[in-house]
Amino acid sequence: MKLKFTAAALVGLFSLAAQAQTEVQWWHSMTSVNGEWVNDLAKDFNASQSKYKIVPTFKGTYDESMTAAVAAFRSGNAPHILQVFEVGTATMMASRSAIVPVGQVMKDAGQKFDPAAYIPAVAGYYTAPNGQMLSFPFNSSTTVFYYNKDAFKAAGLNPDTPPATWIEVAQAAAKLKASGHTCPLTIAWQSWTQLESFSAWHNVEFASKNNGFGGLDARMKVNSPLHVRHIENLSNMAKQGLFVYKGRMSTPEPSFISGECAMITTSSGFYGNVKKNAKFAFGLSTLPYYPDVAGAPQNTVIGGASLWVMAGKKAEEYKGVAEFFTYISRPEVQSASHKRTGYLPVTLESFALTEKSGFYKENPGTDVAPNQMIRKTTDKSRGIRLGNYVQIRTIEDEELEHIWAGKKTPQEGLDAIVKRGNEMLERFEKANKKS
Amino acid sequence: MEKRVVFKSRWLPWVLIAPQVFVITAFFFWPAAQALLQSVQQSDAFGTSVEWVGIENFVNLWNDETYLASFYTTAIFSLSVSIVGISLSLLMAVFVDRVVKGALIYKTLLIWPYAVAPAVAGVLWLFMFAPSVGVVSYALHAMGIEWNHLLNSTHAMTLVVMAAVWKQISYNFLFFLAGLQSIPKSLIEAAAIDGARPWRRFWTIVFPLLSPTTFFLLVINVVYAFFDTFAIIDSVTQGGPGKDTAILVYKVDYDGFKVMDLGGSAAQSVVLMVIVVALTVVQFKFVEKKVNY
Amino acid sequence: MVERRPVLTVFTHIVLILGVLVIAFPLYLTFVASTHTTQEIMQAPMPLLPGSHFFQNYMDAWNGTGAGAGSKAPVARMMMVSLISALIISLGKISISLLSAFAIVYFRFPYRNFVFWSIFVTLMLPVEVRIGPTYKVVADFGMLDSYAGLTIPLIASATATFLFRQFFLTVPEELVEAARMDGAGPMRFFKDILLPLSMTSIAALFVIQFIYGWNQYLWPLLVTTNENMYPVVIGIKRMISGGDSEMQWNVVMATAMLAMIPPALVVILMQKWFVKGLVDTEK
Repeated sequence: MKLKFTAAALVGLFSLAAQAQTEVQWWHSMTSVNGEWVNDLAKDFNASQSKYKIVPTFKGTYDESMTAAVAAFRSGNAPHILQVFEVGTATMMASRSAIVPVGQVMKDAGQKFDPAAYIPAVAGYYTAPNGQMLSFPFNSSTTVFYYNKDAFKAAGLNPDTPPATWIEVAQAAAKLKASGHTCPLTIAWQSWTQLESFSAWHNVEFASKNNGFGGLDARMKVNSPLHVRHIENLSNMAKQGLFVYKGRMSTPEPSFISGECAMITTSSGFYGNVKKNAKFAFGLSTLPYYPDVAGAPQNTVIGGASLWVMAGKKAEEYKGVAEFFTYISRPEVQSASHKRTGYLPVTLESFALTEKSGFYKENPGTDVAPNQMIRKTTDKSRGIRLGNYVQIRTIEDEELEHIWAGKKTPQEGLDAIVKRGNEMLERFEKANKKS
Repeated sequence: MEKRVVFKSRWLPWVLIAPQVFVITAFFFWPAAQALLQSVQQSDAFGTSVEWVGIENFVNLWNDETYLASFYTTAIFSLSVSIVGISLSLLMAVFVDRVVKGALIYKTLLIWPYAVAPAVAGVLWLFMFAPSVGVVSYALHAMGIEWNHLLNSTHAMTLVVMAAVWKQISYNFLFFLAGLQSIPKSLIEAAAIDGARPWRRFWTIVFPLLSPTTFFLLVINVVYAFFDTFAIIDSVTQGGPGKDTAILVYKVDYDGFKVMDLGGSAAQSVVLMVIVVALTVVQFKFVEKKVNY
Repeated sequence: MVERRPVLTVFTHIVLILGVLVIAFPLYLTFVASTHTTQEIMQAPMPLLPGSHFFQNYMDAWNGTGAGAGSKAPVARMMMVSLISALIISLGKISISLLSAFAIVYFRFPYRNFVFWSIFVTLMLPVEVRIGPTYKVVADFGMLDSYAGLTIPLIASATATFLFRQFFLTVPEELVEAARMDGAGPMRFFKDILLPLSMTSIAALFVIQFIYGWNQYLWPLLVTTNENMYPVVIGIKRMISGGDSEMQWNVVMATAMLAMIPPALVVILMQKWFVKGLVDTEK
């Protein structure tokens, strides 16, 4: 009798302990196949241990989930982990008491955490100048160059040697046009590919104070002679019908898949889409550059999002967060994620592992993006850390559109970007001076 | 507008309005007051540091030339959407009212677009109008029109007006139809017996009797054009090219949602609210006089 | 119609057919897109005739087996949430607005105009600005992740009250006089005379509000974290990739078509309330 009772009590205790799982709320914006990837990561993590349970919730686009998180935070209901896009980095940092730096979380939880294991150009974006990692780089992509091999062949160009410099791009475009292509070149995410990444790729400043890493008094510098030269080239190409503007952000991408545009600069994350839906042979290459600029090519700037940890939670829950971050940093997990989604591997080890598995050989072109990032970054190429950056991106889109439409000259447009952008930066500086 | 004959009761009206008043107090006025409070503050996104800045947010608006330009853009947009939306749907409603055969099909097909989820609608418009690859752009191109709403402001404005009107046509059509249904047949028959032709009948009998509905739709359409069109513009042109389709509410929602500048967004809302309230008062004072109750 | 005018009738039909073609064209495209493969859709320009993948795509959409459905909540569950929310919102809005409009038009009480205008002004503040504070109110009431939280804040609007006010103002005075002479109280008048007269307005509003409630996206996104309480539009949105990754357009369109069925049913079912003459004899 006593034995049964004890046994029952023990069973009861065990089930209680199992139910006392600490829940960790994770709000994300991953849609479509990436949404499945997130759910699988959580599922695998939860299955690998029993103390913590990660609960991922889709909360809309990056803006929407940010709005939700802000509203929730103000009423004490914030999640533990929030996925925030890269341009929101400065906004998150400005709310210093709302977040806990990832480096801190890992340290407090006693997790082994070595920032040097992370790919410099990827992690550097989310790291403070003193080396402390602020947020965890989760889904990062970078700017690459895609081209239509079949179109190249038809135009008499060698499909296996993509243009490496902008001069070669222009030449290829001319040949494509001559062979009947109505849209030789187009550009997606123009502010990211043609201004931000362009600057880092050529090791020139996008904004002063090392692109904002050095202080809130950073100001825009995109009207430098090199930038003007580049935009002028593009503008001339537009006038000749060699470059056709197809919209902001990722809107131009379907034009490449449909075969209408033969060359496009856009995110490395576009790869899966092209592979599945394009009816032609295609290739990837590094972003074009100007060979006469010293220091080019350096590295490109990442895009994508990172995971931030919100403040105000219990210590036990933070331990769960730390464990989760350690889990997804494991080389085999990282490598699997990279292969599955096309997002950049975050650690050097995972990159090596992927290479060893022969993945890059089987999928030619997928190593272009990581290779562009595995360089030692300079102060000017680590990334962008500017406040009110969402607005500045829109300003860049607007002024570039004025240039492509012929309403402003490249110099005027870039000057306008600098002027309006600086107003935004001044306002941000003023609003955050006391903190 | 007054009724001559009313009911007398001290307490009944209060009971009747109580539910709605409770809901709007708790879920509109209280949050609205807090939102408006934000217009004189500046804070970081998460509200961890809040600072009183008086009218500074408003001053910033006044100094922003693109903000002032958007007044003009908004006027054009709202006028076009309201006028086109109301006329087209009135036309459709009157015609559907006329026919006997196929009325059900017409009505269903004309109301159904309202059911398209806004998220999907935006995507559809992109599919149709994407320069070169969109179905409609392709057709226009074949007719010799170089459709490019990415760089041509007129094309862009036409496109967003069309998209906004499209979304509203079903709505207007439905209410016009309801209004038409409640016009007594006897009146129309009497006029026909008197020898009035359809065109005359419409303008002397139907339209005046429809005026309460028309007034309702006019006010609602203006409000719609001013406030509810952010999603369409965001998915089709994002306010571009440049800022040529960035109407006032676009900037409000953009600043509130994407930039997380809650103070600036709230300040703009105050301005917007003042404008629309003024417009509505004008409509009530001057246009309602012409409405036949 | 009153008399026969064949030319006018033909003309009417032509205009209507044109109108339907233009207005229902996007709907047609959605349907066409839902019957092809994604690859076919991405070729420029998109095909205009239905393809051969109808069953495949709709099966995928319904079972959530198409890549990217991703959500833990199956489509059926989401449709249920949408259905319940839409019903609560439309019925709730109509009931409280009927009562308020009745009070405003048929009674004299102090601050009457003020009440009307304060109800009216709720249309004039953009949602985005007040959505944060509204969330806080809902959270404080403990209504997160519940049908109450999903629906009650949305019942606050003024469109219905305004519409009913317009309609009530057109009801002839004689009817009220007759009711009072018969000794009927206000609620009797409301129930037996006003309500039946208002049927077409109520029907129109029901259609509109139901669809409005059905298509809610942003508010549910904020107010619910439990994915079991997600309405169907969120499910659609999460299949639409915001970035560059591949998207199964065909399954997205199929899901969208499925999601449009209940609203379409409501539209069709409500048609009988629009039958002419329902309101005729009383006047």
